[in-house]
Amino acid sequence: MGYTLVYTQVLEFLPYLIKGAWISLQIAILAFFGGMFFGLILATIRSFGNNISNKIVIWYVTFFTNTPQLVQIYFLFFALPEFGILLSPYIAVLLGMTLNAAAYLCEIQRAGFLSIRQNELDAAKTLNFSLFQQVKYVILPHIMRVLFPPLSNHYIIMTLGTSMAAIFGVEELTGRAFNINSETFRSVEIFSITALIYIVITFIATFLLAIIGRYFFKAKIRIIQ
Amino acid sequence: MERLIEEIPNFFTIWNVIFLAKAMGVTFLLTAIGCLVGFSVGGLLAIFRKTKSIYLLPLRIFIIIYTEIFRRVPFLVSLLLFFYVFQIIKISDDLFLIATITVCIIATAYIGEIIRSGIESINQTQWDAATAMNFTYYQTLREVIFPQAWKVILPPAFGFFIMFIKDTALASQIGVMELTFAAKILNNKGFSPLLSFGTILILYFILSFPLDRFGKYMERKLASNRN
Amino acid sequence: MPQIEIKSINAFYDKLHVLKNIELNVSKGEIVSLIGPSGSGKSSLLKMLVGLLIPKSGKIYLNGNQVNFKNQSDLRTIREQIAIVFQQYNLFQNMNVLKNVCIAPTKIQKRNPKEVNEQALTLLEKVGLKDKLNSYPDELSGGQQQRVAIARALCLNPQILLLDEITSALDPELVKEVLDSIRLLASEGMTMLIVSHEMNFVKEVSSRVVFMDEGSIIEINNPKNIFEKPKEKRTLDFVSKILKEK
Ligand SMILES: Nc1ncnc2c1ncn2[C@@H]1O[C@H](COP(=O)(O)OP(=O)(O)O)[C@@H](O)[C@H]1O
Ligand SMILES: [Mg+2]
Repeated sequence: MGYTLVYTQVLEFLPYLIKGAWISLQIAILAFFGGMFFGLILATIRSFGNNISNKIVIWYVTFFTNTPQLVQIYFLFFALPEFGILLSPYIAVLLGMTLNAAAYLCEIQRAGFLSIRQNELDAAKTLNFSLFQQVKYVILPHIMRVLFPPLSNHYIIMTLGTSMAAIFGVEELTGRAFNINSETFRSVEIFSITALIYIVITFIATFLLAIIGRYFFKAKIRIIQ
Repeated sequence: MERLIEEIPNFFTIWNVIFLAKAMGVTFLLTAIGCLVGFSVGGLLAIFRKTKSIYLLPLRIFIIIYTEIFRRVPFLVSLLLFFYVFQIIKISDDLFLIATITVCIIATAYIGEIIRSGIESINQTQWDAATAMNFTYYQTLREVIFPQAWKVILPPAFGFFIMFIKDTALASQIGVMELTFAAKILNNKGFSPLLSFGTILILYFILSFPLDRFGKYMERKLASNRN
Repeated sequence: MPQIEIKSINAFYDKLHVLKNIELNVSKGEIVSLIGPSGSGKSSLLKMLVGLLIPKSGKIYLNGNQVNFKNQSDLRTIREQIAIVFQQYNLFQNMNVLKNVCIAPTKIQKRNPKEVNEQALTLLEKVGLKDKLNSYPDELSGGQQQRVAIARALCLNPQILLLDEITSALDPELVKEVLDSIRLLASEGMTMLIVSHEMNFVKEVSSRVVFMDEGSIIEINNPKNIFEKPKEKRTLDFVSKILKEK
């Protein structure tokens, strides 16, 4: 074989990698909440809009969920400059991920709205709840309980998705792994450590989400599937 | 815009069309092999994961660790890790093979989970009845559980087929000649990125959309059947 | 020698102590009825007898042989001799009526498919479901499903039959039919353990009645006495409650 794994050299870069993980986290959170917001608008249009706006939303969702995020970002990064729009790698990735997330999160949120049962609302009305009370005590708790597990799941998928930022030169976790790799050539060591960091950060995220889901929304999320 | 229109006839030459069609074939093949292997091996993992025997405990622990790991590492990182591992062990330097193996390993982890939750969705009463009549675990799966569970398994499985079509785009990073890599090459040859990447976006869409539709159709149909 | 001997059995669902020190002997050809409030452990006792609930302590003898619940071949043996009709019927949702009845005798007991098919048709005719052979469980009413479950259990040719909440889902006119077939089975020497709250039914078919409450057997008595002059106050309370509900 003639190759021995040596981790000592790579471990020196651990703090550098962990700082990269913070940037990954930042991208994931920004894109997630951006996607939530934009997705909510899309879902609202889909629920209340007219025929044409509905069709547009449907095609938006269909297009973004049926093409690779990587190619979408390539497109933003390389093709938009032809129209005079120059995006920095970080912004291109963030924008691409947000647009992509909006499509998925629109669908998830819409399914949440559709799950509200009319009889629950009727029950609230007969109890003389005001609209505000209906939203606070009936609609929101129900929606959150239904939405929380798939949203958490999508957040984890997005955290993994941030690694493609490295391809555009963003120095998040995978990007920093690229940097160390070209410096030390300890490729297997670097990418296995990087993989491990992803495992750790997604575990922490799942764990926190499970706690939040359990205590605030009565939503059950399994930490180990 | 005018430049684009001028470029179109030069872009869609026979050579380029064949080149893209081949790349599309590679994307399709990567996904298809990954899903086939993922379904078979993932099915086995799900079956062993639900066993009770104490002797199979190490296997169950291995399965849990395996699925947790490969569902928590980005596809890109797994791909690069396997790429470099292959360089060390020198079994093969066939990039397509390396990408295929990575896709298979990850697909197995994801599809194994879908199959497992499909098995778990079947009511305990079905297990009880079978056990009380001396069905073995495997007989129960074959005769009772899978004939019911496939309806729960297939719709999300289609979602994952689509996910794999899209994830194979990352294989361009180790140089597999699939759609995304093909677009990069065309782009490097001087074709406009709008045309190169726009075309493959459409090609990906053509691959994925029918599956998406079919999956949703099946989901609706199975949901209405159940009531 | 009793056909079933249950000796100080204790069983748990996780922490829930569901069967407490159960003692019961059942002789061949006997019909024993189990009564008791819901949640008292009647179904659990039946499930235990087919090895779906493994007791933590105590002993069970079947035809004089002790059953080792950890031993697969012992479990196989008891399941060959004891058939159960579940409270929820537990029909296989992916199989039609005929297949539900035939699958275990052919695939598990490896009997001749033709012969099994004939027996199944006879049984299904007896329970009045001859025109439903190709229906699926979700197309049948509760009472119909239950009769399929009875036919399925009988097609296994068991020595002992366990029937959970047998009369509750049956239409009143069918209760008589089922009652008749149960009496017939008893005369052929089939041993039966029946959970039922249909007092007339219990009185008429059973040789003894067991009253359970909170996982324990409170009283075992003959059917006349248990309803008319029970020994225990808890039995009296329960019996007068079901009489009042009538
Ligand atoms: N599979 C199970 N897991 C946990 N608890 C159970 C299960 N089945 C029954 N129980 C509990 O065991 C107790 C006895 O139930 P059961 O035997 O079904 O009573 P019965 O048939 O007399 O109504 C109840 O408290 C019930 O909630
Ligand atoms: Mg019961």
